[in-house]
Amino acid sequence: MEFLRPSDWDEAVAAKAAHPDAVPIAGGTDVMVDLNFDRSRPGALLDLTRVTALTDWGTDGDLLRIGAGVTYRRLIDELAGRVPGLAMASRTVGSPQIRNRGTVGGNLGSASPAGDAHPALLAAGALVELASVRGTRRVPVTDFFVGPKRSVRTPDELIAAYLVPADPGVEQFAKVGTRNAMVIAVCSFALSLDATTRTVGTGIGSAGPTPLRATEAADFLAAELPWESLGPVPAAVAARFGELVGAAARPIDDVRGRADYRRHALAVLARRTLGWAWADLGGAA
Amino acid sequence: MTTVVKEPTAVAGGVGTSPQRPDGVLKVSGEFAYSSDLWADEMLWGATVRSPHPSAELRGIDITGALAVPGVYAVLTAADVPGARHYGLEVVDQPVLAVDEVRYEGEPVAIVAADHPETARRAAARVKVEYAVRAPVTDAEDALTRGDLVRHVPIRRFATAGDAALTADVVVTGDYEVGMQDQAFLGPESGLAVPAEDGGVDLFVATQWLHVDQRQVAACLGLPPEKVRLSLAGVGGAFGAREDLSMQVHACLLALHTGRPVKMVYGREESFFGHVHRHPARLSYEHGASRDGKLLYVKARILLDGGAYTSSTPAVVANAATLGVGPYDVPTVVIDAYGVYTNNPPCGAMRGFGAVQACFAYESQMDKLAAALGLDPVELRRRNAMTTGSVMPTGQLVDGPAPVADLLARVRDRPLPAPATGDPRERPGGVANTTRGEGVVRGVGYAIGIKNVCFSEGFDDYSTARVRLSVVGGEPAVLVHTAAAEVGQGLVTVQAQIARTELGVAMVSVATADTSVGSAGSSSASRQTYMTGGAVRAACQAVRATVLARLGRATDPDRLGSAEALSLVDGKVVASDGSVVASLVDLLGDDVVEETVEWRHKPTRPLDPATGQGDAHVQYAFAAHRAVVDVDTELGLVRVVEIATAQDVGKAVNPQAVVGQIQGGTAQGLGLAVMEEIQVVDGVVRNPSFTDYLIPTILDMPPMAVDVLELGDPDAPYGLRGVGEPPTISSTPAVVAAIRAATGLALPRVPVRPDHIVFP
Repeated sequence: MEFLRPSDWDEAVAAKAAHPDAVPIAGGTDVMVDLNFDRSRPGALLDLTRVTALTDWGTDGDLLRIGAGVTYRRLIDELAGRVPGLAMASRTVGSPQIRNRGTVGGNLGSASPAGDAHPALLAAGALVELASVRGTRRVPVTDFFVGPKRSVRTPDELIAAYLVPADPGVEQFAKVGTRNAMVIAVCSFALSLDATTRTVGTGIGSAGPTPLRATEAADFLAAELPWESLGPVPAAVAARFGELVGAAARPIDDVRGRADYRRHALAVLARRTLGWAWADLGGAA
Repeated sequence: MTTVVKEPTAVAGGVGTSPQRPDGVLKVSGEFAYSSDLWADEMLWGATVRSPHPSAELRGIDITGALAVPGVYAVLTAADVPGARHYGLEVVDQPVLAVDEVRYEGEPVAIVAADHPETARRAAARVKVEYAVRAPVTDAEDALTRGDLVRHVPIRRFATAGDAALTADVVVTGDYEVGMQDQAFLGPESGLAVPAEDGGVDLFVATQWLHVDQRQVAACLGLPPEKVRLSLAGVGGAFGAREDLSMQVHACLLALHTGRPVKMVYGREESFFGHVHRHPARLSYEHGASRDGKLLYVKARILLDGGAYTSSTPAVVANAATLGVGPYDVPTVVIDAYGVYTNNPPCGAMRGFGAVQACFAYESQMDKLAAALGLDPVELRRRNAMTTGSVMPTGQLVDGPAPVADLLARVRDRPLPAPATGDPRERPGGVANTTRGEGVVRGVGYAIGIKNVCFSEGFDDYSTARVRLSVVGGEPAVLVHTAAAEVGQGLVTVQAQIARTELGVAMVSVATADTSVGSAGSSSASRQTYMTGGAVRAACQAVRATVLARLGRATDPDRLGSAEALSLVDGKVVASDGSVVASLVDLLGDDVVEETVEWRHKPTRPLDPATGQGDAHVQYAFAAHRAVVDVDTELGLVRVVEIATAQDVGKAVNPQAVVGQIQGGTAQGLGLAVMEEIQVVDGVVRNPSFTDYLIPTILDMPPMAVDVLELGDPDAPYGLRGVGEPPTISSTPAVVAAIRAATGLALPRVPVRPDHIVFP
């Protein structure tokens, strides 16, 4: 197995072009597990930890651009105010050791339906920045996932960064697991409410072949919320929103939970996160 | 006239104190050498080919592809086993390598040795095994119907003569189920076999009982036991999972075949297939009581799935039966406990050993009965609590302390924990942000359990200790040598404490456990401090007698009085008036005093096969738990808020280690209550990893209030009572009782999963 260690971004992109089968490795919290279990044996590893450009974040017009190599720990410590949903999701990732190593870029690279960052990125309407020697493109995260552990990233591309609105609305994230820490999601849900545009963003994790949006639920809620008055969300609206979120999931029965439980739990999480987000907006209870 | 009462001398680092563990700093700093860290020059690595099928006929094994891999030194199958092709703890029925058939998923079929672990693993993947797959038997009830019985233990005890009809004012029935729990030790199965010049082999291995391994390994290798020498390597937890052989014979076979040292280390996934698990159980109970809440009878049927091979199932069945009504006075008991063979993973020893499954059922029943009677659950338990002088369902008299009612009162009377503060870590779901209080209901539950200590049913249970006293560097020094396995519980500390107390010598070291000294029995059944502690004490007393006999030759006999009047304190022989008679350094000179003693507990008897009557157990231990939980009733998530426990330990030989056992055992019981289960579907394990076999983290395990009683048992060394298992037994039903109190649900199965609460 070859071990490629580019020292900057141009070298990294060139190396990926020369070795399209190379598996990029950042924190290693997914890749090393697969190697240890002998689940995969790539021809080459592309170590991105020396590429400092990947660990920067900053504004890009009205967007916030976050390097793919920023760790969960730094998202929590440095960016909780700017990407609150993603920071909440980051807090639920693994253990402190995993959060010190793991990155959202790696989460996107693995493209697991259970990736904790994905629902928050979906709800925020994030873009994923992919780069190759051919150029750079920004793909809406809603189009990024195409199947279990599969994305639109081509073999010669690397994930450079992801971009979210610099001025987000209110965001919430909640995750169900069968223990109180260090657990893979049974299901998870992210919500964003933007009072300016009167739009609703949603993201569902671990309840389908890919991370999903609950489009119908979001449209329903955007239409029904009392944006003007900021009055209480009618109970029937909250309940219907939960039902629609549950219905948007495509869960299966597996060792972590039952499909019907996942739908039920998503409905509960949707209702609860709506209440908290509405309160964060200044809405009445 | 003053009467001088001689107090037991408090010895620094002796019995009743908590000296630092000799392996403590090494373990905390990551320097401790576990069995997986073993290394020898020129060593090879072993790997195991395992069956992917729970049941299949073995049609053929083609090893040529594996042998052709460069770096491979040996590929062995059952045909290469020179001695007995089967082994077993009680019944010799488990093949070293599969013979003609496989009976569970993961059963070893062939082994490989290569110069690199990856090479061994890849070569193992190239062993071609032809299977004729059969339909597995995976339902214990079906297995019983088919007659695949390991053991049936009936208990028949009647208040009045004859087979009286079981009637009572109030009757409650219930069907309960316990899932398959794993011991989940952190140090996977591993060891190093080194071929010796005499044609034998030296095996360094993490195990619970060196001599029972030696006996089985020697038989399979076709060697006399003295040519198979075992030394204990660093053990990373055991909990029963190391009672059966795993890689022991395999590594020795490969080492003897290749003439090279061979190391084998299981990965985490392989480990789930490398050891036995806790028996899954189905239990049906009927409790009859008078209106004033006195138990009149208990009738129970307990079915334990033993999996593919016998392992320790017969003893687990006996425990489930004999301890099947709990620590209560029950005049009439009718129990049938069965263990059966299936094609599920083999089950055997795990902390609590049959008492865990029974306790979940009988304590669930006690809560149900309390509700039916309109009584407080603790009050009902106290009204029926066993005491000294009670009679077990086996007819055995409980002659030691049995503070059942007191233990219950102690946990009941603890102040209840405060409401949650709002810190997300205190909520069900933890930092995953699932609730800010919505749907959360608090519940409180109680349970108490009973466990036998030491080996039962007439087993010749003994331990051997060798104690040597000599002068080293001008100071008296003691070396304690036993074959008892330090598995993390702290036995190595306790052995030194006992030697310090008995011989008054500060400098005590404990030799590595190996088979050059007699058997110590297993580090199981909460027995090692009792048994090996007893043996070390007896050997120390023999050394003391020998030393004092020398005194008779050297000193004026008139000053001495009887030997009992003398004590060994701080390296000196001290008379009853406090005067120093002699120093050990002078008494010993260059001589070495060494004594080896084999020590036994009081004998037990077999159970009558028809009635289950007999004085089968040595000692009974009791622990009570009160659990307080917060349940998110909409999501089915649970956070255990606090656990209070009270346990009688007879004598806390090492108080810190006692509390450690109580906390660890309680955590293991909490795990069974709310998360720990090996999920087996059609004989196939679905979650062989710590990603999906969940054990409690620090955010799942709450603060504990621990109340340790020391009611001495006159039969036991220092009055001590085995500590390790009782905390595991009653914590599970206490947590579930608390969830029931919060939700009002029946919850007849553990572990309780979120969907059990959401969709009852």
